[in-house]
Amino acid sequence: MTTAAVPKARSRGDYAKIIGLIFGVLVLIGIIYGYITNPVTTTAVLASTLRQSTPLVLGALCGLIGERSGVINIGIEGQMLMAAFIAFLANVYTGNLFVAVLAGFATGAVLGAFLAFMSVTLKMDQIIGGTVINILALGLTSFFYQTGLTTQGKMQPIPLGPLADIPLIGPIFFDNPPITYTTLILVMLVHYVLFYTRWGLRTRAVGEHPSAADTVGINVFKIRYINVIIGGGIAGLAGAYLTLEAVGSFERAMTNGRGFVALAVMIFGKYTPFGAWGAALLFGFATALQTQLQFAGQLEIPHQFIGMLPYLLTIIVLAGFVGRTRVPSAVGKPYEKE
Amino acid sequence: MNKTNRPIVLEAKGLTKRFPGVLANDNINLKLHQGEILAFLGENGAGKSTLMNMLYGLYTPTEGEIWIKGEKVEMSNPGDAIDRGVGMVHQHFQLVPVMTVAENVMLGSEITSGGGRLNMRKAIQNVRDLSEQYGLAVDPTAVIEDLPVGTQQRVEIIKALYRHADILILDEPTAVLTPQEANELFRIMNDLTAQNVSIIFITHKLKEVLSVADRIGVLRSGQMVGTAMPEDSTETSLAELMVGRNVILQVEKSPSKPKEPVLQIQNLHVRDDRGHASVEGVDLEVRAGEIVGIAGVEGNGQRELVEALTGLRHADSGKIIIDGREITHFNPRQITELGVAHIPEDREKHGLVMPYTLSDNMVLNKYFKAPYAKGVIMHHDKIDQNGQVLVKEYDVRPPNIHALAQNLSGGNKQKVIVAREFSTPTKLLVAAQPTRGIDVGSIEFIHKQIVAQRDQNVAVLVVSAELDEVLGLADRIAVMFDGRIVKILSAAEATRERVGLLMAGSEA
Repeated sequence: MTTAAVPKARSRGDYAKIIGLIFGVLVLIGIIYGYITNPVTTTAVLASTLRQSTPLVLGALCGLIGERSGVINIGIEGQMLMAAFIAFLANVYTGNLFVAVLAGFATGAVLGAFLAFMSVTLKMDQIIGGTVINILALGLTSFFYQTGLTTQGKMQPIPLGPLADIPLIGPIFFDNPPITYTTLILVMLVHYVLFYTRWGLRTRAVGEHPSAADTVGINVFKIRYINVIIGGGIAGLAGAYLTLEAVGSFERAMTNGRGFVALAVMIFGKYTPFGAWGAALLFGFATALQTQLQFAGQLEIPHQFIGMLPYLLTIIVLAGFVGRTRVPSAVGKPYEKE
Repeated sequence: MNKTNRPIVLEAKGLTKRFPGVLANDNINLKLHQGEILAFLGENGAGKSTLMNMLYGLYTPTEGEIWIKGEKVEMSNPGDAIDRGVGMVHQHFQLVPVMTVAENVMLGSEITSGGGRLNMRKAIQNVRDLSEQYGLAVDPTAVIEDLPVGTQQRVEIIKALYRHADILILDEPTAVLTPQEANELFRIMNDLTAQNVSIIFITHKLKEVLSVADRIGVLRSGQMVGTAMPEDSTETSLAELMVGRNVILQVEKSPSKPKEPVLQIQNLHVRDDRGHASVEGVDLEVRAGEIVGIAGVEGNGQRELVEALTGLRHADSGKIIIDGREITHFNPRQITELGVAHIPEDREKHGLVMPYTLSDNMVLNKYFKAPYAKGVIMHHDKIDQNGQVLVKEYDVRPPNIHALAQNLSGGNKQKVIVAREFSTPTKLLVAAQPTRGIDVGSIEFIHKQIVAQRDQNVAVLVVSAELDEVLGLADRIAVMFDGRIVKILSAAEATRERVGLLMAGSEA
């Protein structure tokens, strides 16, 4: 029974790998072809891909840190939006970009603590808890928003010396603003912590089988709190990215569903940081391409349809892949000590 | 062997635990000697778990003292017990299914090499050393969910030993094992005691106690009613101590007189919840006036087979014929209406509506028919009348038809189901795990009822993971392994050993 099931599951995984490989090769050929025929546009689209993917990766990291410990975070959208707003205000009033980023991180973390309080301590339905945060953030930011404010400066790209001069790769990876670099480091860091450290082992155990963790003396509540709070901080970073690095000002509901796309990215990435990164790049690419196609204006398709591209991709990915991802078993279930 | 002259490693003095309205443990005294296997016998609700949870730091005693290795201890969580060398193997394994053996063993007491980085190599070596020292064969790099239950239990024992436990509490460890796996466990227990590990062994199976224990403690309604040495005891004497009155362990029945076939299953294929083939080509016939027992370790397709028979699960292919009519794609009510009674495996989930009263629960299979209902109107006086009669006839306690099902003990819940199912004319009875987790007295009663049904020409199919139950009840025994019926034996041919081997998948 179980022995029969395992080889089947593996062969399905093999198919996925083969399809992934073919897809990867096609993308690579496309990029090389594009670079030969039109180097400027290709570089621009790819560099934009990385930046477009940044808030999605951060959102997905927030989601997966929480869910690996057993807490669903559907409030990423709200955490991002609120953090974007506070980071923006902090910059407007202090004029300091670094302080503003910290403010964004702290805002996300505070909302994370609020989510943890609702779902871990009060044992509320976690979907409702996240929805509360989304509604709260949208309401508060819209109410306190004032037109006419602008940030004092914006995060600028920092070229990494000679690395930035490598053709194609240089401008894409080594000429980015700080939060984009931080994101790349965070992907590796979260992967390391999750799979190679004591904290990661405990986090995964708590998300899969909390009573097993409890009987060997692990504090399930503490692990969940800390993961959800740190996750919130990372979502806050995504908010700071939007106002301080991408746009330079705040607009109502400017997250525009990125928090939810981040959840799709997390699931598509099979709850792993590198998986989420790859998935986010795909969505980032769709967004970048969509922007480029609208600018180019050569296509006979109304721009509204091209604008749908990233969202269409979300629907396809979620419909096609959700069932094949292994979700942490205890996710969404408040832990009750006996 | 008498080991009472050895040093005492654990002692409880006057241990009492009170929950609101319940005295769960009443003035319990016990002594565990080094290298000894102390067995605790008791029915469900006798207070075994409460006692063990106090010894493991999960509950704080209301009164009394616990002494471990000559020291009086106050424990407020399992961590305190672990620190003093007490390890517990829970009935429901506390293992993370997607992690490896080594990861599970070290969880909570990880081996790290600076900065919190896990040292997997050392952890794996550690597990290897332990498994060699104590003869517990297990591959440290295997993933838990791929391992058979017996091996998972070994991992639980290694987990305790890794934490330097020398007092082990095993809570109903044989409930999920085949007879062969259980024997392997007893060998391991003996090896452990030879290396001065002391073991407290909780069970309600009398046979096991007699074969492995050095001493036996018997609990009844929260009190220690006696201790016994296995060499001076018999199954009957222990059962009497446990229940407090005479019990008949053997099912009394006359030879069966099978008549026409009632249930015919032909080449049935069914999938489980995850979509994997679970029942793979089962052929079986049950005749009126006979009991066919299905023996097998849980998870070999029995559940899916029963669900397909009762209309709760869709069959992939094959035929189910009841009384000459093909019912393969009937819904549960259509099947019930044909005279099929079903005692489901999970009585709290599929057998009863927990927040309903007894009288409502007792009409679940007929509430829509006269005289209980007329159109959409329910006749509560008739429903209560029915409840009143059945409660009396089946000795349900408390005999209050307005009590909620959730407030009954396991045995009485089961009696309510049996009463309901037997109260309509029955041609076929499908009973899955009919006596799981209920007290000896109720078991005796339900077995009698099942035999009585058989004698009234009902065809009976009993599915049970308890080998003794199948052997005691059935006139013919079908052994199920890996989705197939590997052998059908007559009661005379079926010995424990032979059926046990078949259950483990080896041809006999």
